[in-house]
Amino acid sequence: MNLNYTTEELAFRDEVRAFLDEKLPGDISAKVKGFRRLSKEDHQRWQKILSEQGWYATHWPEEYGGVNWSPVQKHIWDEESSRYGAPRSVPFGVNMVAPVIIKFGTEEQKQRYLPRILSGEDWWCQGYSEPGAGSDLASLKTRAVREGDHYIVNGQKTWTTLGQHANMIFCLVRTNTEVKAQEGISFLLIDMNTPGITVRPIITLDGEHEVNEVFFEDVKVPVENLVGEEDKGWTYAKYLLTYERTGLAGIGISKAALQHLKELATRRIKNGRPLIEDPSFSQRIAQVEIDLMAAGISNLRIIASVEGGGMPGAESSMLKVRGTEIRQTINDLARRAIGPYAIPFVEEELDLDYEGDFLSDENAAPITPQYFNNRKLSIFGGSNEIQKNIVSKMILGL
Amino acid sequence: MDFRLNEEQQMLQDTVARLVRGEYSFEKRLEFSESELGFSADFWKQLGELGLTAVPFPEELGGFGGTGVEVQSVMTELGRGLCVEPYLQSVVLGGGLISQAGNSEQQERWLGGIASGELRAAVGLQEAQSFYNLNDVETRAEKSGDGYLLNGRKAVVIGGHCADVLVVSARTSGDSRDADGISLFLIPADTEGLERRTYPTIDGSKGCDLFLNSVQLGPEALLGEQGKAAEVIEYQTGRAISALCGEAVGAMEVACDLTLEYLKQRKQFGVPIGKFQVLQHRMVDMMSELEQARSMAILAASVADEPQSDERRRILAAAKNVIGRSGQFISEQGIQSHGGIGMTWEYNFAHYAKRLVMINHQLGDDDFHLEAYATLLQAS
Repeated sequence: MNLNYTTEELAFRDEVRAFLDEKLPGDISAKVKGFRRLSKEDHQRWQKILSEQGWYATHWPEEYGGVNWSPVQKHIWDEESSRYGAPRSVPFGVNMVAPVIIKFGTEEQKQRYLPRILSGEDWWCQGYSEPGAGSDLASLKTRAVREGDHYIVNGQKTWTTLGQHANMIFCLVRTNTEVKAQEGISFLLIDMNTPGITVRPIITLDGEHEVNEVFFEDVKVPVENLVGEEDKGWTYAKYLLTYERTGLAGIGISKAALQHLKELATRRIKNGRPLIEDPSFSQRIAQVEIDLMAAGISNLRIIASVEGGGMPGAESSMLKVRGTEIRQTINDLARRAIGPYAIPFVEEELDLDYEGDFLSDENAAPITPQYFNNRKLSIFGGSNEIQKNIVSKMILGL
Repeated sequence: MDFRLNEEQQMLQDTVARLVRGEYSFEKRLEFSESELGFSADFWKQLGELGLTAVPFPEELGGFGGTGVEVQSVMTELGRGLCVEPYLQSVVLGGGLISQAGNSEQQERWLGGIASGELRAAVGLQEAQSFYNLNDVETRAEKSGDGYLLNGRKAVVIGGHCADVLVVSARTSGDSRDADGISLFLIPADTEGLERRTYPTIDGSKGCDLFLNSVQLGPEALLGEQGKAAEVIEYQTGRAISALCGEAVGAMEVACDLTLEYLKQRKQFGVPIGKFQVLQHRMVDMMSELEQARSMAILAASVADEPQSDERRRILAAAKNVIGRSGQFISEQGIQSHGGIGMTWEYNFAHYAKRLVMINHQLGDDDFHLEAYATLLQAS
């Protein structure tokens, strides 16, 4: 047993750190560390820097412009980039649709879409959930009917994250209603500028516009935009979901958030002393740090097993549940740490270029909105209940 | 033993319920909340006309002489409607402080208006460094002429943006966090040197931080005995905790109802999701939390207007601890039971969820009250 990185892995970590020191724009990392809004332009600027370095497509084979890092290298990257406050890549293009295109797409689709993802020319969003199909994704109803060289798509998708920025959407659509739900689904790539597509914002309880509804009314999609075979989309969808699930535990993000919490608790005062010295509060922080330590090692065990050629199994679902709970606990503690100042909604301070006086703490304004916003963590990417169902089926043998 | 409301109390609660049902749809609430005032002046006026803003005041002020139970009857229904009017701040806290500590002139000047709803009070008791400890007062009041000169800042004064009078604590002697040496002052809103930074709150109402920049007050501004306000503040925040428990219970009832309704109508995998045992158990846990909160609210109401004692302190700390935790539990688990829809601005559940968590940040969160309770713990 050896829990240390190899010499090569340590050298890689140094290389990552040197890159982040040199290339990560300070204004962007300040936004990430302070839980502030990132603009489309912020994401694109960072993506360009990563692409130039050749580090944008960490999951792709080298022949398509990926870096083909080992699981441990990817982990080092996640950990370090979270620690430095680098934005996480918006995953829908590079980490979701691209692996599907690489594995199941035609040569033409690969030639067309992969370079555009690398260059940032295309911004993808995900058309999976529907108003009637959430946890029960296979019950989706958006219809695609083939007419000559096109599919005619009608229906509605929802919870489409950052769909307002996207020019492409990958969709699960129903192409066959005669067979079992899972067997009549196809995977379509759709240009958002096609006539008949309407994007409507969904404002969440924190006042943010992050997710959208997408409506399709007689939308003509060329048949060459079908990925793989008609009616086999469920297989591709599940393949994609395994990609989605890895990384949802957000261990690196939790570590950064915990650091943020400790700094906050050092600045906040309770009974004339820094809050972090308060016995009950410091114990709460200690408890979540301990849980995070355990989850961090669980994460490394999964990574080591994948590095050795294994497949992540029930453990990654368990880790999604624990990891999201830990992040939510950290958000809860940050909210508690600001006491009465959890109540004001000081929207102007959410913008990094705000130049006025801060109401209480330079990092206070985003804390309560962030706490509420991150209730989504236990809902999306397969709700924690669904993850537990997956684990039950995989290992309990009941 | 009888835990039910008596006939008059029930009538009072029904009156508020009818008013809220008639005037306070979800859509209207959003409008009120987004208006410049941050609530409905018209609804406030109706509260006054129906005598509801006078509930805790004596009959000569048009009131009921109501105690904790009557105040909770009102607050529970305001909680059910998620009403954003500053009833707690003006009627319960502001009115309470002036009733307890005010001399006859001060009572005459302010209480009639507060009881009729024509005047509104707000209270500035916490500070940037105070966390929830209301004895942690650094705002200074120095003798100046025959009055006082105030300098300092009061934090998160809900309703302070539109109050006619502010009841503010300041230190006339002693060190930060000494109970001794805290005094209360009545500051009319237009007093020179009083500045506000107004903001909306997460849960849809409005408040401000108050900046006291050399605010010169006459001797008539001192509310109660100089340096002896800590006990008054503790007593009145105790009454307010009981009132807040009522509001929380009302909001929790609706949050539970909405969640249960959703479990019945939302279908996945061909059945209502309420058929899944994991969601049934969660719903039962939410309702058990509500029952615990209800019990503690009733207990809090029973001591709210009793003379101060360690027993009263213990009960109120326990009650606030329970409603803080149960409110957050129902908020979080209710969102989880709904899924994404529970997090959307357009659906009322999300607004109940926000209010319930924010109640935990008013008058001390569950951690604060657990500590308070622990210091009063009886060994036997």
